[in-house]
Amino acid sequence: MSKLIIMDHTGHSTLAEWTPDDPVAVEAAVQAFREQLDRGYLAMVSTGPGHAEQVRELPLNAPLVILRLPIAGG
Amino acid sequence: MAVAPQTLGPAPEVLPETAAVHWRPRADDARLRRLGRLWTLTTAAHVVPFLGAAALLIWLNPLALPVALACVAHAWVIPELYAQRGANVVRARRRAGDGPERRALGLLGDLVGHDARELHARTGLVLEPGRLGTWLVGEAGALLLRGDRGRRVHCYCVRVDERVAAAAELPSGDRIAHLLLALRADEQGFATIANLAFSGARWRLRRRLKAPMRQAIDAAVAGLDRRSSDRA
Repeated sequence: MSKLIIMDHTGHSTLAEWTPDDPVAVEAAVQAFREQLDRGYLAMVSTGPGHAEQVRELPLNAPLVILRLPIAGG
Repeated sequence: MAVAPQTLGPAPEVLPETAAVHWRPRADDARLRRLGRLWTLTTAAHVVPFLGAAALLIWLNPLALPVALACVAHAWVIPELYAQRGANVVRARRRAGDGPERRALGLLGDLVGHDARELHARTGLVLEPGRLGTWLVGEAGALLLRGDRGRRVHCYCVRVDERVAAAAELPSGDRIAHLLLALRADEQGFATIANLAFSGARWRLRRRLKAPMRQAIDAAVAGLDRRSSDRA
């Protein structure tokens, strides 16, 4: 089961869960994913120890997709 | 003569946030070395005139000793103030409630290995080896140890963009996770976006940090040593 989570004031919240063979769940996940990208969130996927990648389309096979806010110099 | 077209690999991932600092050259090894040298020169430019003035005053008139001592104090204090500025980038911020903090730490723990998790629990900093050096990532800043045994430290002020309302409410673990994910996606971009608050000797910074955070510096140095011996 793959998960789309967003880091927020609660620690994190799960926005969607899906398996690639469940089109209804996938559609809901894609919609939730796009909504958050439109709000300015960036989607990240871990790609191995010490590596992460930003994704612009929901990777259906990724076990965990994390939504983060942009960063800036302080 | 015909030139064979070069085969390019996939373009490296670039953090989109770098667009907000488009005037900055992208950070790389050479640029960080230059910045380090510039900081050393600036520090010398602050210190040497005060020490010179102190020596001159005593040579002209030994009765000027108190003024000479004041000059020496200035020469000492100015680099210390810079180092304090560097230490402030990893100062702990206000905590959210216990529940959100625990939940955020759970996610952060999933992103890092056992050793980094244990170090974070003790020090509040996450150790992350990178190509530019070894990073210690905090809630609103990061330290980059470079060079032989991490003798030089770059202190970066960088955080979740607080122009976004939701940023203010994030628990500490989530703030670190934000920075860690950005760092892992594009280390050079991360160092470009971040504001350099201090670059200087590790020992100068270490003494300005709280005791638990000094352990994180020691762990980073040990990690650098291991990497050097693995390469040898």
